[in-house]
Amino acid sequence: MQNLQLNEHGRLRHFLTIEGLSRELLLQILDTAESFAALPGRPVKKVPLLRGRIITNLFFENSTRTRTTFELAAKMLSADVINFNISTSATTKGETLLDTLRNIEAMHSDMFVVRHAQSGAAHFIARNASPRVSVINAGDGRHAHPTQAMLDMFTIRKHKGDFTPLRVAIVGDVLHSRVARSQILALNTLGVSEVRIVGPRTLLPTEARALGVHVFHDLAEGIRDVDVVIMLRLQNERMDGALLPNEHEYFRLYGLTDERLESAKPDAIVMHPGPMNRGIEMDSEVADGPRSVILQQVSYGIAVRMAVMSMAMQSQADLGGEA
Amino acid sequence: MSISIINGRLIDPAHGIDDQLDLHIDGEFVVAVGDAPAEFAAAEVIDARGCVVSPGLVDLAASLREPGYEHKATLASEAAAAARGGVTTVLCTPDTNPVIDNSAVVELIHRMARKLGQTRILTTGALTRGLMGEQLSEMAALKQAGCVAVSNARAPLASTLVERRALEYAATFGLTVFLRPEDRHLRAAGCAHEGAIATRLGLPAIPSAAESVAVARDLALAEHTQAKVHFRALSTLSAARMIHEAQAAGLAVTADVAAHQLHLTEMDVDDFNAECHVSPPLRTLTDRDALRRAVADGTIAAICSDHQPHEPDAKQRPFPETEAGISSLETLLGLTLRLVEEKVLDLPTALARVTSGPADILGLPYGRLRVGSPADVCIFDPQRHWTLDVSKMRSEGHNTPFDGWDFPGRITHTLFNGRVVYRAADD
Repeated sequence: MQNLQLNEHGRLRHFLTIEGLSRELLLQILDTAESFAALPGRPVKKVPLLRGRIITNLFFENSTRTRTTFELAAKMLSADVINFNISTSATTKGETLLDTLRNIEAMHSDMFVVRHAQSGAAHFIARNASPRVSVINAGDGRHAHPTQAMLDMFTIRKHKGDFTPLRVAIVGDVLHSRVARSQILALNTLGVSEVRIVGPRTLLPTEARALGVHVFHDLAEGIRDVDVVIMLRLQNERMDGALLPNEHEYFRLYGLTDERLESAKPDAIVMHPGPMNRGIEMDSEVADGPRSVILQQVSYGIAVRMAVMSMAMQSQADLGGEA
Repeated sequence: MSISIINGRLIDPAHGIDDQLDLHIDGEFVVAVGDAPAEFAAAEVIDARGCVVSPGLVDLAASLREPGYEHKATLASEAAAAARGGVTTVLCTPDTNPVIDNSAVVELIHRMARKLGQTRILTTGALTRGLMGEQLSEMAALKQAGCVAVSNARAPLASTLVERRALEYAATFGLTVFLRPEDRHLRAAGCAHEGAIATRLGLPAIPSAAESVAVARDLALAEHTQAKVHFRALSTLSAARMIHEAQAAGLAVTADVAAHQLHLTEMDVDDFNAECHVSPPLRTLTDRDALRRAVADGTIAAICSDHQPHEPDAKQRPFPETEAGISSLETLLGLTLRLVEEKVLDLPTALARVTSGPADILGLPYGRLRVGSPADVCIFDPQRHWTLDVSKMRSEGHNTPFDGWDFPGRITHTLFNGRVVYRAADD
């Protein structure tokens, strides 16, 4: 199967999922992000890499936070940014996704940053977009959220250096989480020694083996001796579908407290992709404590998105030479 | 019009015939097998040397879209597709608009089908009014108008009680009930098999238990009501096993499978291939192999097309939003013959599963070639392979994952009611 994400030189053309990307390419993303990470501290916060380029944020699902970090990343690369929030407009009026795409393509965009509620939407758009357009997946259904995963990898590398000796536990609603899927793929590609998922059976995929993880149902066991604990967001609607009895029992069993964190390694870091529910996924003392790197994740997100955007745009130069 | 088909290998699975025999047709009927009757002068002689002369195919389930969904397909386009696929009897599903829940719609479809004269279109009536799953349809009137079975198509029934009543009411009139075993709650918004691929792709998934739970319930009700129950479109090993055990215990239930389920698996959905979005979903290799065994041992007596033609837009969406189904009338024989090539079935058994097998489920006089049978014939060259080219399909629906697949058994002629309705030489 031809990899939709790479051009004929093996360079990143679209960024849709971690699946099918090599360790080298993921490291290249992290290294490129490293070069951008210092920018926010400088008086001039822009580089001219994407000057004259138009980047369109196509958000079929609301997310101010993710959209803003993509917008900021694009602007720091000197690109022009257009925002479309389509969740309530065109598609509910009967316009198909393909029609929407054609319309926006006519506005000469060089890149689409796509978020959509359906798994596979970013692939669909990449397959149907004109060859001049790169597609970055900003989250599709339960499938993938690869920039979030890469900013998590960036954060882990900042704190831990080498990936290979690491044990990482991902706690919570893995079943419905695109973030977890992308994190698991990235961690395994980068060669960590073990990825664990922790949660009640109702929130874990039945075919966990297909993801290359070890399954735990007990939090203390699941995070024992791990280097990294990633807590996932528990969506409120999970309480409605007979997946969990209530938030109280969830926190009692799977909420991260300082006491529970004792079973992890002493220098373990705690991560959360946000937005966080204090008192449900974790205690405030953990979230605000010395081992929490949650706020760093947010600021690294910009550098990682700059890296991915600039790499995808670079690969367009392979197409026609008019870059 | 009189026709003699000579020099062919005549296979009539219903009567255990597999021999070098000529077939003679006068008007709409077979008048002789073997030697021509005295003074028989055929107006046309078809030399079938090297070819198999089979009964025309009988397909228990095809969604023909008219009336109501002419943007997907029409009776004319799909009847032409059937003729090209060697299908001479096709049961259309009741999910038209309006639904086939009253005799007017039945008569409309039958009248149009007769006018087309390409294939025999029989109707499956709705089990419940509007397929809403709540009130029983006028089954007596539907039967009188010509419906040969009743089903709720892919729509769920409101409750187990409705199912019980519907089975009892249908049994009153000796109507066979087609059930699509699927627990609506376990299915939920799923669009792919709950397995490795859906897990990786993050697709809302349908567990195998959605089917086995329903089969267990339906078998219990079939036993309780003694209604004639036919299970449509099985997809799992456990369903095939449960039905096999029920049959062994003496329950007169039957089952079919869609041809694509015998070839594709969940792996084919990888990369979000919407052409492989089908309902029930493609399952594991283990399930596929169990279905193949069930077809071989007769637990599953019929292979169907489960034809679902769609307009291009229906598949041009993110995977979960695409409509399920394959346009498959033109690949039913090819996919069935591939099972012979892969040594799953011998040729007469394979043909039985698409001719007399489905006909016998409903007690229909089709799918057989004895003197007095309607002259429905499919002639194909088993040595000659052909490649499916989607752009040349006759069906309005070009949605198929089999584009570019190589199939054995190129059809040279299809005869329906004694007339040649497809001739490869003209195609």
